[in-house]
Amino acid sequence: MNWGSILEQTISQAFGVNAMVFAMAVIGLNVHFGYTGLLNFGQIGFVALGGYGLGMSITIFGWNPWLGILMGLVYALIFALLLGVPTLRLRGDYLAIVTIAASEVLRILVRSTTLAEWTGGNTGITGFANAFYQFNPFTERVYDFGPFFFTGPNLFILSIGWPLVLLVTFLVWQLMRSPWGRVVKAIREDEDAARALGKNAYWYKMQSLMLGGVIGGLAGILLAIANSTVQPDYFVPVQTFFMWTALILGGVGRVWSPIVGSMLFWGLLTVTDGVLRGFEAEGWVPRWLMNASQVGQIRFMLVGLGLALLMIYRPQGLFGSREEMMLDAR
Amino acid sequence: MLLLAAAFALWLIPSVGMAQEGEQGVRARVLADDSATDEREPVEGVAVRFFDQGGAELGSEVTDAEGIAEIPLPSPGIYQVEIDPATIPEGLSLPNADEVRREANVQAGRFATVIFQLVVGEGDGGARGTDITLRRVLQLSVDGVKLGLFLGMAAIGLSLIFGTTGLVNFAHAELVTWGMLVAYFFNVLGLSSLFGFTAGWPWILNGPVDLISAALMAVLLGGLLGWAADAGVFARLRRRGTGLIAQMVITIGLSILIRYIYLYMFGGTGRFFRSYAGQQAIAIGPIAVTYKDMIAMTVALVALIGVGLTLQLTRAGRAMRAVSDDRDLAESSGIDVQRVIRWVWVAGAALAALGGVLLGQSDVIRWDVGSQILLLLFAGVILGGLGTAYGALVGSILVGLGIQLSTLFLASELRSIGALMLMIVILLIRPQGIMGRKERVG
Amino acid sequence: MPAETADALAGVPHVPGADKPDPILAVEGMSRSFGGLLAVDVEKVSIQRGLITALIGPNGAGKTTFFNLLTGFDAPDAGTATFDGQAVSGMSSHRLAKMGMVRTFQLTKSLTRLSVIENMKLGARDQKGESFLSALVPFIWRYQEEEIEDRAEALLERFQLSHMRDQYAGTLSGGQRKLLEMARALMAEPTLVMLDEPMAGVNPALTQSLLEHVKGLRTEGITVVFVEHDMDVVRDISDWVVVMSEGRVIFEGPPDVISQDPAVIDAYLGAHHDAPLTEEQEEQRIASAEAELAEKEGEVT
Repeated sequence: MNWGSILEQTISQAFGVNAMVFAMAVIGLNVHFGYTGLLNFGQIGFVALGGYGLGMSITIFGWNPWLGILMGLVYALIFALLLGVPTLRLRGDYLAIVTIAASEVLRILVRSTTLAEWTGGNTGITGFANAFYQFNPFTERVYDFGPFFFTGPNLFILSIGWPLVLLVTFLVWQLMRSPWGRVVKAIREDEDAARALGKNAYWYKMQSLMLGGVIGGLAGILLAIANSTVQPDYFVPVQTFFMWTALILGGVGRVWSPIVGSMLFWGLLTVTDGVLRGFEAEGWVPRWLMNASQVGQIRFMLVGLGLALLMIYRPQGLFGSREEMMLDAR
Repeated sequence: MLLLAAAFALWLIPSVGMAQEGEQGVRARVLADDSATDEREPVEGVAVRFFDQGGAELGSEVTDAEGIAEIPLPSPGIYQVEIDPATIPEGLSLPNADEVRREANVQAGRFATVIFQLVVGEGDGGARGTDITLRRVLQLSVDGVKLGLFLGMAAIGLSLIFGTTGLVNFAHAELVTWGMLVAYFFNVLGLSSLFGFTAGWPWILNGPVDLISAALMAVLLGGLLGWAADAGVFARLRRRGTGLIAQMVITIGLSILIRYIYLYMFGGTGRFFRSYAGQQAIAIGPIAVTYKDMIAMTVALVALIGVGLTLQLTRAGRAMRAVSDDRDLAESSGIDVQRVIRWVWVAGAALAALGGVLLGQSDVIRWDVGSQILLLLFAGVILGGLGTAYGALVGSILVGLGIQLSTLFLASELRSIGALMLMIVILLIRPQGIMGRKERVG
Repeated sequence: MPAETADALAGVPHVPGADKPDPILAVEGMSRSFGGLLAVDVEKVSIQRGLITALIGPNGAGKTTFFNLLTGFDAPDAGTATFDGQAVSGMSSHRLAKMGMVRTFQLTKSLTRLSVIENMKLGARDQKGESFLSALVPFIWRYQEEEIEDRAEALLERFQLSHMRDQYAGTLSGGQRKLLEMARALMAEPTLVMLDEPMAGVNPALTQSLLEHVKGLRTEGITVVFVEHDMDVVRDISDWVVVMSEGRVIFEGPPDVISQDPAVIDAYLGAHHDAPLTEEQEEQRIASAEAELAEKEGEVT
């Protein structure tokens, strides 16, 4: 059992691309659910649109890469509008169902052969990332320092992405401390009360949906550049559920929760994966119980179980206060 | 001499109807991967059309028991062969929509063979319908109603659970998968495969049993799982005062857990019940239905009529409707709401399990059926009205029809989109659904 | 009823739909049906500015539905309404609130996970910082925020909630929440305050305090309309009473007159509220009030 290697992988993953992309996407989800109380179960759809907006603009339409970034964000914004208009007047759980459905429709569309000439079909889009990697100063293939192990390109995107995550976190924090944030939080608590005081609840919810959605789109752009590709099979509903797990782990409605939750999520996932594989390689697990190819499936089982247990026993996550949770009528 | 003649005659007889020596032509062969036996099986009954290079149609044939359809051709050259995806049996499909039409280079005096390899499941493409004929509309409608009936059996439970508890159960589709997996276990593997010592014991305790007994076990264990879910988890959460949103997130977590346990135990390939793979279709008027599908639809109808009668006539059923309709009112008229909720979970899960068995023998048994149909279930329930039982059934049938009929206009890879868009549109214009109450909505 | 305000309505006939000399809110031909049942069918009603008007009626009279229609929380099937001279039929609640009509709720809606002071600051109107883009630039709204905070603290003083300033509103007792909701409504500087059963679920000890606050609103020139069941409260503070039954307005008049009107008595079966209490009845009343108190203590605090 190579514990050192497992530790290195765990820490690298906790600070790595997956955690970073998740952190950004979960900031958006935190705006939606943590601060406004919107049940968005289609956040992965926003992420997809960010990535596809970028990829389509550069590879398919041949536009300028920076315009591509803008388009990614614009696609996400439009999606938010399309989702919000019909559903924000309805009960919360309807929004949950519609957001999943809309994300799935999106995924089926980009995956289809019918639209393949614009979306790349089931193989996706590539060839847009080089426009950004030309700025990469980390020219070594691999950087191995301390507990960290990153490839050159990855280190580049991390050195851009994490500061962006911090910047967006700061902006969201500022917003939520402002009167705008107060209205949004009031809507989360009780929409009718906010309306009775002259606040246009519908419009605020829409703004929140758009903000969180655009942040999700930004996550998608980072993801696309990091992987140098966008592929439809990544953007499945279970990814949104993973993001929810990270959000709840970190504590709903708290400033640092997206970052901490995402890092923890990926760290825990990696360490369990590593430990299980190690055990299996050592032969400590009976064959009938688990074989090597099944280790990855256990990862999903753990997320599902973890999410359920979190909601049952510690819904306030790590950062939330018990008191606040107790006051939650929902 | 006689022997030679006899041999020649014997040799000739099978050749009757086949190409003569010295002719050329093109032969289409349709094969499918049979995951039960890991061999490539011929697929019968697929319509094949042949065209010359200019696109003129030269003839059409249907594949025989060997999976072969062929025509002789007057001269060598480039020809085209196209199969009709609408005639591909249920559960199989072309992996790539582009491969519907293939080219064949026919040499003089030889038959060029073009092989169409089908796969189990939905595949990537599927050609869009070529003609909108009455026959196709009727066929697709029957398929749609069939799908709708099976979905409806699960949707009823989902709708009633919402009506009685306010919970949107994201794990409901996994109850459907449970049904088909349990039935598979008893039908193909048998209890003795797990507990070796029960070999030789009576009925289900022994090895593999017939599908009906397996289905019975699926329903029983389905109901049991529903009971366990409420008694073990959700009733306790309700007593604690856990909010509905928290409960909903818990169902999401559980659905992921359960689904991957299914993958873990069952594996990733699709499978079939014993002796029910790729049955031949019978023609009833303009429509082709397989024998097994007819039985399945009948079972579904009988079950649904049973459910309807229970809801209308029995005390328990009326109580379920009362609680689902207006919980406080029901409680104040003396109904034990928690007990009714328990029944709803048990009955809803059992029904979903039966739906799973029917779906499994009509389509294919897979670990991830849940993720495929969950949104369709929601669409049906929302269409019909969250909280209503009959509405859920009506909505599901409409969803089934919508999905199948949409292939008249859309590529079959896009057909779920129709149902999902329909759901979103309904939320726009009539959010309470066809039979739901307005107060529930906004 | 205070002598000064009696003058304004002296000449108004005691009939449903009577015109008021200076109406702040007027409604005509308003109706609302639910699935075939006509819940509200009000031909005409107007509310006098600056006075306290009570809206009463037996259960199922349609008062709550009518209240929701007036405050924009429900849309009428037909009818017109004018507020401060402007047509407002079918206008949504938040726009009515911006115009100066603020309402409270029978089941108090304190925003539990916001602090008391945050609850209060929310109530203020026309906050520059509530717009998304301005919110990102604190410079724009800092000054206004301080002003709002000062006003909020003054109101909290007046309602004796200052000591709870930084607590989560969810930790307040039921009575304190009622006070908070009323104080918060005042932050919006309303011209018309609509109170939905303000005394519901309030223990009798707090009732007096709440009543004083409601009277205080009138002193400030704010018009008050409230829905209420408790006849003693109605008699105590209202200047005018509108009685509803089965969706229509059946009587209007000052509180001392309504208990004699045959139509009103008819609507309320078992009108034991009209005769003064005997000593026996009074003792009974006190005993049951104490029992209620004990119950509410356990439930509300």
